[in-house]
Amino acid sequence: MLAFTINRLAQSLVVMFFVALVAFSVFRYVGDPVHQMVGIETTLEEREALRVELGLNDPFYIQFGRFVGAAVQFDFGISYQHKKPVIEMIRARMPATLELSILSALFSLIVGVPMGVYTGLHRDGWLSKSFMTLSLIGVSLPTFLIGILLIFVFAVLLGVLPSFGRGDVIDLGGWRTGLLTVSGLKALIMPAITLGLFQMTLIMRLVRAEMLEVLRTDYIKFARARGLSNRAVNFGHALKNTLVPVITITGLQLGSIIAFAIITETVFQWPGMGLLFLQSIQTVDIPIMAAYLIMIAMFFVVINLIVDMLYYVVDPRLRIERGVRGT
Amino acid sequence: MRKTFTAVAVAVAAAVSMAASADAKTLRWAFQGDAQGLDPYGLNETFTLGMLGNVYEGLIRRGPNLDIQPSLAERWEIVEPTRWRFYLRKGVKFHNGNAFDADDVVFSATRVRADGSDLKTRIRPAVKVVKVDSHTVDFITEGPNPILHSEWSTWYIMDKEWTEKNKAVKPASVTAGTENYANFHANGTGPFMITERETDVKTVFKPFAGWWDKPKHNLTEVIMTPIGSDATRVAALLSGQVDMAYPVPVQDIKRVNGNAGTSVLMGPELRTIFLGMDQGRDELLESSVKGKNPFKDKRVRAAFYHAIDIEAIKKKVMRNLSTPSALMISPKLFSKSGDFTRHAYDPAKSKSLLADAGYGNGFEIGMDCPNNRYVNDEQICIAVSSMLAKVGVKVKLLAQPKALYFKKVLGPAYNTSFFLLGWTPGSFDSWNVLNNLINCQQKGGRGKFNLGNYCNKTVDGLTEKVLVETEAGKRDGMIATAYKALHDEFGYIPLHQQGLAWGKSDKISLAQRADNQFMLYYVNVK
Repeated sequence: MLAFTINRLAQSLVVMFFVALVAFSVFRYVGDPVHQMVGIETTLEEREALRVELGLNDPFYIQFGRFVGAAVQFDFGISYQHKKPVIEMIRARMPATLELSILSALFSLIVGVPMGVYTGLHRDGWLSKSFMTLSLIGVSLPTFLIGILLIFVFAVLLGVLPSFGRGDVIDLGGWRTGLLTVSGLKALIMPAITLGLFQMTLIMRLVRAEMLEVLRTDYIKFARARGLSNRAVNFGHALKNTLVPVITITGLQLGSIIAFAIITETVFQWPGMGLLFLQSIQTVDIPIMAAYLIMIAMFFVVINLIVDMLYYVVDPRLRIERGVRGT
Repeated sequence: MRKTFTAVAVAVAAAVSMAASADAKTLRWAFQGDAQGLDPYGLNETFTLGMLGNVYEGLIRRGPNLDIQPSLAERWEIVEPTRWRFYLRKGVKFHNGNAFDADDVVFSATRVRADGSDLKTRIRPAVKVVKVDSHTVDFITEGPNPILHSEWSTWYIMDKEWTEKNKAVKPASVTAGTENYANFHANGTGPFMITERETDVKTVFKPFAGWWDKPKHNLTEVIMTPIGSDATRVAALLSGQVDMAYPVPVQDIKRVNGNAGTSVLMGPELRTIFLGMDQGRDELLESSVKGKNPFKDKRVRAAFYHAIDIEAIKKKVMRNLSTPSALMISPKLFSKSGDFTRHAYDPAKSKSLLADAGYGNGFEIGMDCPNNRYVNDEQICIAVSSMLAKVGVKVKLLAQPKALYFKKVLGPAYNTSFFLLGWTPGSFDSWNVLNNLINCQQKGGRGKFNLGNYCNKTVDGLTEKVLVETEAGKRDGMIATAYKALHDEFGYIPLHQQGLAWGKSDKISLAQRADNQFMLYYVNVK
């Protein structure tokens, strides 16, 4: 087990190193940060001096080496635009993104699973058909369009929800939460739905397919033959057996929800990491871009690591095989 | 008895007036981005300086029509041609209670020229700043300079003691490796104090009770939120979540005006949008013509100018939110602008000019254009390309985000043959335009934004004279002569001054300044 973990950790480091390498080789095509840092009247000489000071004229491998050297000490430098340590900025923005991501994951589960069960049980009901149509919209409409549609309906036409921002936040020892205020919760509704809609339809379709599969199996027939109630059969036996793939998918999708919150955050001016990243691309703020990409890579790597380790714990075959090889 | 009565009456009156002022007048407004930082010397950019202009003040300020008004300096005089004397206002306090005096001015003059400052152009390095007494300061220039103070409405005066106490004597710099206190805190003399700020999320202003001037606004609180996405910003205005938002994209103006309770305030901005042509190189970098540079031929430049249907651009691309321009400067900033008219749109003439120049079959040329810098910049370039196609010039358009665009076209690379650029003279004066855009490129000196290197020694000579001429009429005459030469030689193709579009709720009244700075002290909330 220990060897397995160490092995996986080493692999993770290699993955993050390559993410950094690819990110760094892309940065030179994003534009010149110096022109974004000074006003238009700044002389060419001063621009050049700034470029030299920032080390932007150094060869690629020196810049990259410098970055890796600092990054292993968790130093991601100072943002070119905000003139503030990057790590602090990301730490300040992380709660907003995590709250949004986790809530939209919950939303997709809480809504997606019952809808999946329902459509699996009542294949030809009109409600099922409308759910399926709805899910098609959820899959095919781009996120920003859903966001703008929601804003138009609920903020502009009905005026019931705020169109942007996070509402009032409360500071809990460095973690600024919007979950404890009315305006914060109201502000969360539309972004969470926008971000979770795709996952919701995914989960719904997954549960539906699994339900259809499971309902055909023998043990369900036996359960019915034993005279168990519909409720017990559908939820106690059928649903339970569909959940294994659902949990796997949800876990893995959490990483991409966090990573792809960028678009939702931009549409709703949600002050999270994704918005920070997008702004940093526009202004060629290399320290922020680098730190964000590394961090997202780390999220994925850690989630995958946990999933792998869970398999190891859950699936006895994996253990036995290795045990046999070990002897 | 009578005394008690009076005291009670006074108390009641006081209570009533307190109640009136306690009636909260909150202004919530949104812009597409945030100020880069709070250090007033950090970035020479309109929005950052404009927002800080509510908190900090300069020796002078600009009125609603951009006229120069006294601010921290009560008055000034030119003692001798190279010595300006500024008499400072007495009794002015900074937000932290410190008194404002000549030491703060001398200190600010040093700080604005220190390494890391992006506003070094506000005062030339050779200008000596001398304290005469506690409220008088002399500025000694090398030569006579009639526009010494014209850029000082955005040279904000900082408190010497405050910056020293907080170790912010040097301007904020990325390479310093640490945060600069002045970049995250503000202490000015202006009408508003910043009480809360979270970069890119929210900035809260409260009126400064100790402001020296009589407030024209009735605000008790101002909340600024940046909203990057155009659609979201417009939605926030339409749904009443903000009282004011800008810029409003041209395609949404109708919608904002059609909505009950909101409207768009439009006006010409100072920025001039123009096309430039590489007239310096012997062979263009991006063209099918080899061995020579067609733009060195005046007829080709004229042909390009005559091919452009500016009214079509105004109607179709800008939806009337532009003012076609014959000059490289806004007519608001130059008294003799009425003497100039654009060369007419005449595709037939354009074709014959090209044929005369030996390009009867046209040629191919690359064009550079930003796509997120100016109002509808990319669409303007597309329109220009199709207009040029009609006279036989095939344009290969490269429209890129500003980060990539500026890297390509600005010096030292000047890697462009044909480009679109916008310019606002920071000093609101023609010398800035002549010096930066129209003078021959000179290493380390003038012409640094003359990307196409238009070069006319007579114009350069005039520019030098304009710099030191103090008599306004004579000076404007020389500027007009310089502009005339440029106009006759088709050195640039000015297009238009783009328009301002500020969306506002009917609840508020405000003054729209042509420099696109939103001054909170003109705002009244109903």
